[in-house]
Amino acid sequence: MTQIQLSAPVPPVAVPVVEAPSPRRRRSLARLAAQSSGATPASKLVYLCLAISVLLSAGPLYYMVVMASRPNSDITSVPPPLTPGDQLGTNISRVFANQDVIFGQAMVNSVLVAGVATISVVVLSALAGFAFAKLRFRGRNALLLIVIGTMMVPVQLGLVPLYMLMGKLGLAGTLPSALLPFLVSGFGVFMMRQYAAQAIPNELIEAARVDGASTFRIFFSVVFPILRPAAAVLGLLTFMERWNDFLWPYLTLDAEHPTVQVALSRLSGGYYTDQALVMAGTLLGTLPLVIVFIVFGRQIIGGIMQGGVKG
Amino acid sequence: MTTTTPEKVAGAAPPATGWRQRLRRADTRLSPYAMVSPFFILFAVFGLFPLVYTAWVSTHDWSLLAGDQGWLGLGNYRELMQDKDFWNAMLNTFGMFVVATIPQLVLAMVLAQMLNSRLRGATWWRMGILLPNVTSVAAVGIIFTMMFSRDFGLFNWILGHLGVDPIAWQDHRWSSWLAISTMVDWRWTGYNALILLAALQSVPTEIYEAARIDGANGWRTFWSITVPMLRPTLIFVSVVATIGGTQLFTEPLLFNPGANSIGGGTTGQFQTAAMYLIQQAFTGQRFGYAATIAWVLFLFIAVFSAVNVLLLRRIRSAE
Repeated sequence: MTQIQLSAPVPPVAVPVVEAPSPRRRRSLARLAAQSSGATPASKLVYLCLAISVLLSAGPLYYMVVMASRPNSDITSVPPPLTPGDQLGTNISRVFANQDVIFGQAMVNSVLVAGVATISVVVLSALAGFAFAKLRFRGRNALLLIVIGTMMVPVQLGLVPLYMLMGKLGLAGTLPSALLPFLVSGFGVFMMRQYAAQAIPNELIEAARVDGASTFRIFFSVVFPILRPAAAVLGLLTFMERWNDFLWPYLTLDAEHPTVQVALSRLSGGYYTDQALVMAGTLLGTLPLVIVFIVFGRQIIGGIMQGGVKG
Repeated sequence: MTTTTPEKVAGAAPPATGWRQRLRRADTRLSPYAMVSPFFILFAVFGLFPLVYTAWVSTHDWSLLAGDQGWLGLGNYRELMQDKDFWNAMLNTFGMFVVATIPQLVLAMVLAQMLNSRLRGATWWRMGILLPNVTSVAAVGIIFTMMFSRDFGLFNWILGHLGVDPIAWQDHRWSSWLAISTMVDWRWTGYNALILLAALQSVPTEIYEAARIDGANGWRTFWSITVPMLRPTLIFVSVVATIGGTQLFTEPLLFNPGANSIGGGTTGQFQTAAMYLIQQAFTGQRFGYAATIAWVLFLFIAVFSAVNVLLLRRIRSAE
């Protein structure tokens, strides 16, 4: 392995002005989300078809709101109700009062699991991504290939030994068992590497080195601030993924430590069927992400579209 | 590490700066590894090790409670090959994969084409079609199961207006596949449309201009330019759909509320391979056998992905 070749894969972009990259890169990340580069202007038919698609997208969520705001007697009525009722508050307080499912605790647990995973993925991805993009070390290319390879591995299939491992660690049933497998993400490392390669001018790192800063010091005070736009997008995508995660939390968490999604499955799988209660719970479990999505939709779409282009 | 012995460095640098220089050299040499190692350590422990260990467990009679009950060699694999329930689950998994994926890719392609025209409020349209993907799989399963309810569900009510008798969606293979595929497609079509849109936008507009000047119509342009240019992305999307489809679990689980939800219907008519895996591991307490199922699924995904890479290469070299 020759050291010289290691710096080759992506030629670093020369950025003349040090202050320039931050806003410019921010735009380039949101570029895909914002631009509409089609050659032809959309016809009325296209608008109509898109409007129908959006209605179909939102329809089931609207139906959830309708059902969550109705008394149980309405839910089993024919024709099915199509407008919201006035029982939303009652149903929601019944969700939190339910003895079988500790829903309030489950919301807190979900915030904890998704929050810690997000911070961990963002920080560790930024660290590794920066090292892969801007530092020279033996085995860099081979290690980066392994990172990319991990994205193709369906690790969920290892859940039987993972379950055994959590038992051995004494973590069976607890929140850390749901969290530990998701502290790092190959996609995150790769995404941060791509961003760091183009956003961080080499001169900036050189200058910091001349000033006597250590590599970690450079990362925290110079590099990370520049990586912030990409870190925010990665954070949003990670938080949503972890909040919505089902299979592994469902297997590993016990009745005392549910996440929202696990609590929902227990609510809906109960022997009695209280559909208004189930729908109010589903609404509560969905609402936080819908709000995040409405506020940060542009960034989330930019992140997804960039992730796709890489493939 | 060897530089810590004083004799070796003493002559190389003046003592005052030598210490600092050594520290600095250690920093530039070791820091990169310190920065990338958390990823590799955590992935090795919680990602790679369980997956590899699955192969080991699969060659044992391994029980959830009692642990390792002895070496079986390929015994589990032989049993699995003759296990009717496993093949039933495989049939369901791939049946639903086909029923879900084909309309999903066609719809996503159409949506991507429409989104690629010059739109007013482009971001809002994109957000609109991505909205289902923000909804959790569990929520999708619960909401749709309710809409597919036989007596009070929205779908049967709508179909009733068309003169169709109420359908017990859970009871038949075809109807349960259709219902579960609907859930999958509702959640993923918009997402895939955005991925395809990103690929569409990376096609240089000059190519379309040239085709237009040559007199190619829209349909011709689509098949001769758009599809070939998009083929790598289409294959990427279909591989991701395969990996997801092979592990289909939550939607069919919640489609069947009650005590035996993992069974996937009265005769397992919509039990997927992932459900059968979990059933064997936790209800049947057969970890070894469950690991065998996992490993077979893993091999299937690996083979499919390898075929896909070969296909991708061929397209690239043909260009």
